[in-house]
Amino acid sequence: MYLKSAYEIRDKYLRKDMLPTIFCPGCGIGSALQYTLRAIDDLKLNPDEIVWVSGIGCSSRVPGFVNFDGLHTTHGRALAFATGIKLANPNLKIIAFMGDGDAAAIGGNHFIHAIRRNLDVTVILINNFTYGMTGGQVAPTALKGLRGTTAPYGQFENPFDIADLAVSAGANYVARWSVFNYLQGINSIKKALQKEGFTLVEFLSPCPISFGRRNRMKTAPELLRWYQKITVPLAKAKKMPPEELEGKIVIGEFADRDRPGLVREYGAYKKRAKKMMGWEE
Amino acid sequence: MRYPFPVGKSDFIQGDEAIARAAILAGCRFYAGYPITPASEIFEAMALYMPLVDGVSIQMEDELASMAAIIGASWAGAKAMTATSGPGFSLMQENLGYAIMTETPVVVVDVQRGGPSTGQPTLAAQGDIMQAIWGTHGDHSLIVLSPSTVQEAFDLTIRAFNLAEKYRTPVVLLTDAEIAHMRERVYIPTPGEVEIIDRKLPANEEEAKYPFGDIHGDGVPPMPIFGKGYRTYVTGLTHDERGRPKTVDAEVHEKLIRRIIEKLERNREDIISYDAFELDDAEVAIVSTGIVSRSAVRAVKILRERGVKAGLLKLNTIWPFDFDMIEELAERVRKIYVPEMNLGQLYHLVKEGANGKAEVELIAKIGGEVHTPMEIVERVVG
Ligand SMILES: Cc1ncc(C[n+]2csc(CCOP(=O)(O)OP(=O)(O)O)c2C)c(N)n1
Ligand code: SF4
Repeated sequence: MYLKSAYEIRDKYLRKDMLPTIFCPGCGIGSALQYTLRAIDDLKLNPDEIVWVSGIGCSSRVPGFVNFDGLHTTHGRALAFATGIKLANPNLKIIAFMGDGDAAAIGGNHFIHAIRRNLDVTVILINNFTYGMTGGQVAPTALKGLRGTTAPYGQFENPFDIADLAVSAGANYVARWSVFNYLQGINSIKKALQKEGFTLVEFLSPCPISFGRRNRMKTAPELLRWYQKITVPLAKAKKMPPEELEGKIVIGEFADRDRPGLVREYGAYKKRAKKMMGWEE
Repeated sequence: MRYPFPVGKSDFIQGDEAIARAAILAGCRFYAGYPITPASEIFEAMALYMPLVDGVSIQMEDELASMAAIIGASWAGAKAMTATSGPGFSLMQENLGYAIMTETPVVVVDVQRGGPSTGQPTLAAQGDIMQAIWGTHGDHSLIVLSPSTVQEAFDLTIRAFNLAEKYRTPVVLLTDAEIAHMRERVYIPTPGEVEIIDRKLPANEEEAKYPFGDIHGDGVPPMPIFGKGYRTYVTGLTHDERGRPKTVDAEVHEKLIRRIIEKLERNREDIISYDAFELDDAEVAIVSTGIVSRSAVRAVKILRERGVKAGLLKLNTIWPFDFDMIEELAERVRKIYVPEMNLGQLYHLVKEGANGKAEVELIAKIGGEVHTPMEIVERVVG
């Protein structure tokens, strides 16, 4: 794959008047954004037909920086807004950029139901195990023992495995990578963008400022080494006993299927309605 | 265009059904909701009709999602509505605020029932007046309409869409369980008979650059809907005229919020509507809204028969509120009575409007029953 320079991607897709971004040095959100833009670029998608949607959080600021139509909504509810956009104009392709707190805590209900409906949307989910924007409170993805300002002695609750959740709820495509797996990341986004229905690419993303600092990993390289330590590729994980997988995060592609998306389902429903009422043309 | 109900003639239907039909005639093509008594029949009617008119009706996971979905649909170009009752309306407040801040035209129907909390699901109340006007946080304004008959529920639904589109604002149609479930004769016009207003779209690229700027001097920016190549960024954060977040600039915040409020304030005459009965020579006035107005009309007749010069001011628009008109009324009458199905919500507005020029007395009733005309009469004659 020929890779354009980051400058080319930046100049082509970012809103210059919005720069610099609000992201801290070492933050992984910019990388995930770059991968998404590269995927759009590689697929030659028409930016006029793409709408970016987000909730609230650092990751949710992304739609402001890209030169597309964008809806920066309320905390956790991006996918509910997206449902309205997509059903009102099915020609629009929707990318939802969200944080782990946004998607799995306050937005948990919207998240599982958008997946159940197989809403046609590509979710790019930034999992930094924390609430970055509000300063490092624990997120529902935080592994046991990780610290946050609201669990200063280490998280005592069980974490959600977001990818797992999405697979069970019925998503058409689910993959998880750390932001350091850039080729896999871009390829996954490309796959996701080409599919109908609900597609999710989750990125384990360094947040040195709100998260790393409180967990003895002050810099992105330290977080990178930690990700390398805790992530296990899917093929390898399959051969590992459950005890060994304790505290680890599996990365890879978890679902790749082609169930009909919500737009197609509603189209068929509309036809059925007309037929049942004797309204066929 | 073929309609899934008879048009150009009268039909004997419930209030909820009337609201659904009116929405479709007004051009609503997106409905998202979550079932709740006594508003469910609106949803059920929309579920039946929407696929037939190539619209969408979808049952969301809750009211937060319903409100979110209609805002999304509106930015994608559709006229959109949701309907709920008190508990659901409470859940909608977060995103209702978002709709106000982003100037998104949507219609929200709140069929009031007894509260607080899950209260009296099947019984009527008027306890959401304050919630409709002030339920969301921050300085804001929106439009609140209130019908007193099934025909008015129909007419005001069309009006709600027109006002939402004209002023790029959410409009709340505040009705109640009584009207929702009562059957009355309603004239359903043909589409050509009613005025339908559509939102102002940007005339060109240049206009589209200022989706939140007062470019036409009327306070209402054209709305660049998604997918037209305008690349509009919409945020609930305080934003400048181009939609760029400016969260710590006092001037930007002040300019935005004042414009959002003033675009409605300076169009009060267009937005505010009321009916006056026997008010010209009245010495005592009744001010009411919604279902209670029907008892009030009868009460005025009885009072007149008994020689009391009584009159009624029935408010069809609750917000923006016409404080000046109430003050003028207070200057002409000895006393104003405010019968309402709560412990005093409209009363506060009327009292403020009266500005001490006349005594204002609340006739409160809660528990689910509408005031009888005699209950009003007896309070007036003492
Ligand atoms: C209803 C509501 N509750 C709380 C907040 C405060 N808040 C803003 S962002 C955020 C969490 C963000 O964390 P996450 O979604 O993981 O995104 P990140 O900032 O880490 O990218 C919270 C709790 C809010 N804006 N709205
Ligand atoms: S707080 Fe964390 S997630 Fe937010 S911008 Fe900084 S590094 Fe990124």
